[in-house]
Amino acid sequence: MMMTTTSSFLWSCSLLPSQGPNRQTQWKRHEKVLSFSLSCSPKSTVKFYMNGALVSRQLSRKVAVSGVVRAGFELKPPPYPLDALEPHMSRETLDYHWGKHHKTYVENLNKQILGTDLDGLSLEEVVLLSYNRGNMLPVFNNAAQAWNHEFFWESIQPGGGGKPSGDLLRLIERDFGSFDDFVERFKAAASSNFGSGWTWLAYKANRLDVANAVNPLPKEEDKKLVIVKTPNAVNPLVWDYSPLLTIDTWEHAYYLDFENRRVEYINTFMEKLVSWETVSTRLESAMARAVQREQEGTDTEDEENPDDEEPEVYLDDASEEVD
Amino acid sequence: MAIRSVLSTRTLSGLKETSSKLLGFRGIQTFTLPDLPYDYSALEPAISGEIMQIHHQKHHQTYVTNYNNALEQLDQAVNKGDASTVVKLHSAIKFNGGGHVNHSIFWKNLAPVNQGGGEPPKGALGGAIDTHFGSLEGLVKKMSAEGAALQGSGWVWLGLDKELKKLVVDTTANQDPLVTKGASLVPLVGIDVWEHAYYLQYKNVRPDYLKNVWKVINWKYASEVYESECK
Repeated sequence: MMMTTTSSFLWSCSLLPSQGPNRQTQWKRHEKVLSFSLSCSPKSTVKFYMNGALVSRQLSRKVAVSGVVRAGFELKPPPYPLDALEPHMSRETLDYHWGKHHKTYVENLNKQILGTDLDGLSLEEVVLLSYNRGNMLPVFNNAAQAWNHEFFWESIQPGGGGKPSGDLLRLIERDFGSFDDFVERFKAAASSNFGSGWTWLAYKANRLDVANAVNPLPKEEDKKLVIVKTPNAVNPLVWDYSPLLTIDTWEHAYYLDFENRRVEYINTFMEKLVSWETVSTRLESAMARAVQREQEGTDTEDEENPDDEEPEVYLDDASEEVD
Repeated sequence: MAIRSVLSTRTLSGLKETSSKLLGFRGIQTFTLPDLPYDYSALEPAISGEIMQIHHQKHHQTYVTNYNNALEQLDQAVNKGDASTVVKLHSAIKFNGGGHVNHSIFWKNLAPVNQGGGEPPKGALGGAIDTHFGSLEGLVKKMSAEGAALQGSGWVWLGLDKELKKLVVDTTANQDPLVTKGASLVPLVGIDVWEHAYYLQYKNVRPDYLKNVWKVINWKYASEVYESECK
């Protein structure tokens, strides 16, 4: 099988619920948690944070959350007809970008995971696992690009553009000074992202400014909006951020309509395409999740193994090595 | 310019401030877009004239312009002793300078069929290719596969490791020149696999571009470089 022999990885126990195609809350307190093996060896070691401590466990494959082996991921169409974004993004672009690029990522992803331990996981889980702390496994590119593109189509709409309102606008003004300042910085980030990649607006809750770091004393001001540039297929899920908006700056996203004129594409995106309604909805979910996580974090600090309830991590071998 | 050899750097920057009218006079060497030794449409049907024109006049020109800007900013920062700015400029220099270096090589790597494009290498390079890769077909297959597998933007190269005296196939990301993969590596043939190099014609089918580009590869130039490095 295709998986490489990385035998251990770090995974935050307080994983975000799925935001991708499934959009179900898969991580609930006291529910069976998925565990699995990434290598071909009979046992593999997984390290993760639980209640603030770094713990490593020997795992073998357990039941997937859904309990069902999936037939494969679907290529979801954009929530509008392929010509609905004209003249700002042409039908031809949608035909190739969605109909070929996005489609190929999904098809190749399905081929790669069929029959492997990743089969049956949600797309977001596949992305997070295959990121492997930056030492990406082969399936990451297809998985992340499938996720990214679905997120992208939903970030734009016919008749898009304009200004956000409500909580979103409030946070933008709080964290960037003003909406215009935000737009300027977002555009600057997108146009200076060398090579292929994506630029994101994300909600960052309770994280220190270093990947893999847990903020032990989270405060209200630690939760903020950030602009993030990522290369190739990487997205901010891998740093436990909540993506809110993205612009695809791979050349295939704009070449047919704008040739090399990426700045013009970015301007058009902001003025005519971005769906602030969707971004607002995503922000509400992200903020709700952050609150829920905080509550869970407070509760589990007081309990080790609650009586009559499943432990938070479903283990095969209870032997424990604490780092 | 004769002036440059007489004056010290400090005097030069003083001159820069007092005589801003001296257009083009800088303490640093700047760059211009090299001309193509063939018409834009001369590589058809392997690479369309539309692509060649945009690739040369827009993409490469932008690298040159931005490289010059970055160098000028670097010069000022160096003169002022502004270390933070010097460090901050490195990615712009690597990216735009690399883009200029790589594309300058690329235009020489290509030739119209009636100027020898696609003609297999003879002589020393031909022999070396057979030794290292079994045959030219073997090399082409390897480079095409690696070019197709490259995720995102970058280049696939045939290079000469001048220390080990052997040919290598390697890839670089974005606009990293081949030398970033090894100080002793000399680029012989580079193939641009950024989407802008083929999208208007081949769309998402990069493998088709890689199949066809070999028809216009200028092995004569690659041989010249190889032989001069092997002396």
